[in-house]
Amino acid sequence: MIRVRARLVVLQFLVLTLLVVLAVRLWQVQVVRGGQFVAAATETRTRDVIVPAVRGQILDATGRPLVRNRTSLVVSVDRSEVERMRDGGRAVMKRLAAVLDRPVKELRERIRPCGPHVSRPCWPGSLYSPIPIDDNVSPREALQILERQEDFPGVIAEVQPVREYPLGSGASQTLGYLQPVTEQELKKRSTLKANFSGVDLVGRDGLEYVYDDALRGSPGLRRVQVDRMGKVLGIERQTSPTPGDILITNMDADVQKVVDQALVNAMKNAPRADGAAAVVLDVKTGGVIAIGSMPTYDPAVWAGGISEKDYQRLLSEKAGLPLVSRATHGQYAPGSTFKVSSLSAMIRDGYPLHGKYDCPGAYDIGGRAFHNFHGIGMGVIDLHTALVKSCDTIFYKAASEMWTRDGGNKPVPHPKEPMTNTAKLFGFGRKTGIDLPGEVSGRIPGRRWKRQQWAATKDASCTRAKTGYPEVEKKDPGRAKYLKTLAHENCVEGFEWHVSEAANLSIGQGDVLVTPLQLAAAYAAIVGDGKLRSPRIAKAIVRPDGTHVQEIKAPVTARLPITKETRDYIRAALSEVTSDGTAAGAFSGFPMNVVKIGGKTGTAEVYGKEDTSWFASFAPAADPRFVVVVTISQGGQGAMAAAPAAREIYEGIYGIKGKAALPDGKPVEKLPSIRKDGTVVR
Amino acid sequence: MNQALAPQSRSFVRRAMGAQSAVWRVDGVLLVAVMALSVIGTLLVWSSTRTWAAGAPTGMVKKHILNLVIGWILCGIAATAGQRTLRVYAPAVYGVSLLGLFAVVTPLGSTINGSHSWILLGGGFAVQPSELAKPALILMMGALLAEPAPGTDRPRTLDLLLCVAAAGIAAGLIMLQPDFGTTMVLAVITGGLLIFAGLRKRYIVGLGLLAIAGAAAVWLFGLLKPYQVARFTAFINPANDPRGAGYNSTQALIAIGSGELFGKGLFHGGQTTGRFVPEQHTDFIFTVVGEEFGFLGSATVVALLGVVLLRGLRIARQCDDRFGALVAGGIVCWFAFQSFVNVGMTIGIMPITGVPLPFVSYGGTATFANMIALGLLQGVHIRERAF
Repeated sequence: MIRVRARLVVLQFLVLTLLVVLAVRLWQVQVVRGGQFVAAATETRTRDVIVPAVRGQILDATGRPLVRNRTSLVVSVDRSEVERMRDGGRAVMKRLAAVLDRPVKELRERIRPCGPHVSRPCWPGSLYSPIPIDDNVSPREALQILERQEDFPGVIAEVQPVREYPLGSGASQTLGYLQPVTEQELKKRSTLKANFSGVDLVGRDGLEYVYDDALRGSPGLRRVQVDRMGKVLGIERQTSPTPGDILITNMDADVQKVVDQALVNAMKNAPRADGAAAVVLDVKTGGVIAIGSMPTYDPAVWAGGISEKDYQRLLSEKAGLPLVSRATHGQYAPGSTFKVSSLSAMIRDGYPLHGKYDCPGAYDIGGRAFHNFHGIGMGVIDLHTALVKSCDTIFYKAASEMWTRDGGNKPVPHPKEPMTNTAKLFGFGRKTGIDLPGEVSGRIPGRRWKRQQWAATKDASCTRAKTGYPEVEKKDPGRAKYLKTLAHENCVEGFEWHVSEAANLSIGQGDVLVTPLQLAAAYAAIVGDGKLRSPRIAKAIVRPDGTHVQEIKAPVTARLPITKETRDYIRAALSEVTSDGTAAGAFSGFPMNVVKIGGKTGTAEVYGKEDTSWFASFAPAADPRFVVVVTISQGGQGAMAAAPAAREIYEGIYGIKGKAALPDGKPVEKLPSIRKDGTVVR
Repeated sequence: MNQALAPQSRSFVRRAMGAQSAVWRVDGVLLVAVMALSVIGTLLVWSSTRTWAAGAPTGMVKKHILNLVIGWILCGIAATAGQRTLRVYAPAVYGVSLLGLFAVVTPLGSTINGSHSWILLGGGFAVQPSELAKPALILMMGALLAEPAPGTDRPRTLDLLLCVAAAGIAAGLIMLQPDFGTTMVLAVITGGLLIFAGLRKRYIVGLGLLAIAGAAAVWLFGLLKPYQVARFTAFINPANDPRGAGYNSTQALIAIGSGELFGKGLFHGGQTTGRFVPEQHTDFIFTVVGEEFGFLGSATVVALLGVVLLRGLRIARQCDDRFGALVAGGIVCWFAFQSFVNVGMTIGIMPITGVPLPFVSYGGTATFANMIALGLLQGVHIRERAF
């Protein structure tokens, strides 16, 4: 028995050792590393469900929706969950494809991350948020997924608000669109991260982009407890989302429809037209009543993930870059519409406003004859007639004289450059500051600009002046020779501001570029109170319960450098263009007794292309309220394409044919009121 | 008055509670420790089954309590049975348990939760003969080794060979199920009993080498099922396959670790409620105590198990009878191995092996076997100074 007992003592020692091992390990796991496991437990046991905030609507001035929300059943896939599955989610995606009646390949493509070599459909957003793959499933399909959640791990079916555009393709570039936020954006915009969910969309263009912070609201968070099958056991805590603010714009849905229709018709009537834009401004406030650009697209294509075909169409030159708003991104030579600036420059430079000027058929500039349109002389006329009939030679002469006074090719130390500088004071050559993204600034050429151009290109020009153009020489030796001479000239004297360039600028040709919006803003200042305003599309931001209205006013950015007398003189002259001037044909039969329209046609030559057609106009002529600027790229003469489109817009606004879009002849001034429940009172 | 008849004439109660009664010679500390473990176990079974038990939330815990009641009755029977009777009937008990094991591998056996180790009795009851084989083997070997070789206190060679045969047959049948955990328990019991019985040191070393060689052979010749291999590799590196074989141990660690010092409170363990750890009421019940009662709770359970083991050892040491000492020692080996492996696998220091935690885990047959073992310990204790 002694041996038995001795060996039992050994066992006792062993047992004690094992107990100590267990106790020490328990201490280590539960006390030392406990916090770490608490975090791991929270992660496995709870799911954070983002409750997206309902994005604010975008309304027109009367309260009609331009962008609204509809609820729809959305099916999304949690990529991280699907990826973790043994088969990479193949089985789940196959079942899902069967329920949604879509090819498996398409579903798999939709959830892959976008990259340099991945074409759409793909997912541009965060990889840690559920990826919507169908935003309009039937309740029956959603139920199939919800009832058999165990067959669809990582698949979510829920009701979500989806953007809807009652105007269809109208004003789509202005309204903008939504896209899932990308990782980079989240990183860049730290404020975004704080109240951003990841499942939310972010405004990518237009008003949706500019007013994203206000429209987005802040998402709610629901932390739910789940079991290991993902079944929700209960809610741990919850914060409700704050809906986004409502954006009320200066726009008018009916005027917008009229504008879009007018542009469509104008494009149809001008066979070579490749783009068009129109801007309707409120002269008194600087508000944008309508803004159209052709070609356009229906922003509904963005919802629920865009297809490769649609995406390529939006980006293609052939489809005319429908994403680009020609009203703010389109730069064209303004043609004769620019003469209001040139005339002002003359007055500023001391030319008499009421003087008489000779308008010959041609004027000699640097040894070359610069012709009037069709080369017709008009005799001795006043500036009024020069605008109405669009005489060019008066402006050529003035520009040439100004150029000579500045020292010609050997400029004086501080050249006055009245044409260039006045144009800049009219707001050309810089952004208007409208509440839309990516606006371009246009270009006003002058001596300084020429020097900068030369500095940038002289090295290339001088090389070419030596080497010539051997690649062109094989095909066209004549052109190669011409190009070589040009390169030589640019190299040696490219910094010189030639008199021909000055002359071209005076009638809005050559290197000068303006956007339709810039022209509209300048005209609004001329026919209005002489103040240049930065146009605004937004009129007010209102809380969804109607409280706290933040009004947005178009800020005055500058004062025109001309007197009221000059402005009135210009307005009076332009008021006759539609009856006795270049637009008389386009407006023949228009009831001028109901409302008189003033305006200026413009025809800008584009090398190798059809002319750009312009019409910058205002109404009523006596006390203007609206400025309408229409541009038809490759539309031909201003009187032939743009002016008829402007006429159609006025007819719609005043109800010359059919119902008036603005029966009072002025935009709605009172803000629509929002009830506590968010409904709009009109 | 007939003196010899006098004790019989006293009432049963007075006899049972009298100064000479066996009741007063029961090891109270051991009894209280097991009772405490049973109560804790009941709470844990309740907590881990209330979310999914068929019928009412208390469905499983009621069954567990019934098992405990039956177990305590079996404990009483085992405690009152005399050592001599046990020695006589040991071969019969062993034979019956072998029959049970054999029945499992015939079409009578059933598979529950992936292990083919059950015989269905109907009415929702089932027995697991491999659990009963543990006390049966202890009794059988105890009986074989009780008589040492004449003049020595070492076992006779024939008895040794018989012991190895008895253990080998039982273990072989259990391997066929297959139940690797229980086979290991039987191996440990066998090794322990042989060593206590006075096996020569060189044989002990030989036994150790044999065990290592056996393990190597099992590994090298691929006798393990792939899932068993996976469990071992997952033990070496749980992060290797956190969703597969490593899932259990990872989730068990998270559950226990997240209990921290004081635990989340009974019924408040999120991992338990969410059923993240599989087999939570049986093999992984220690995760529930770890999460809901924290370090204090789990240390208490380990301490109580320690009390059971140390009292068992004390009983074994104090017993003057070779059979009693061997039985008690074997039982301690059994409980020690199961306790360490079971708790160890939930805190990542042992590979995952399907053995229940004595007196705590849910499981009818296991509870019966544990309680019978407790009864045997108490029986040894009651009689150790009686003769």
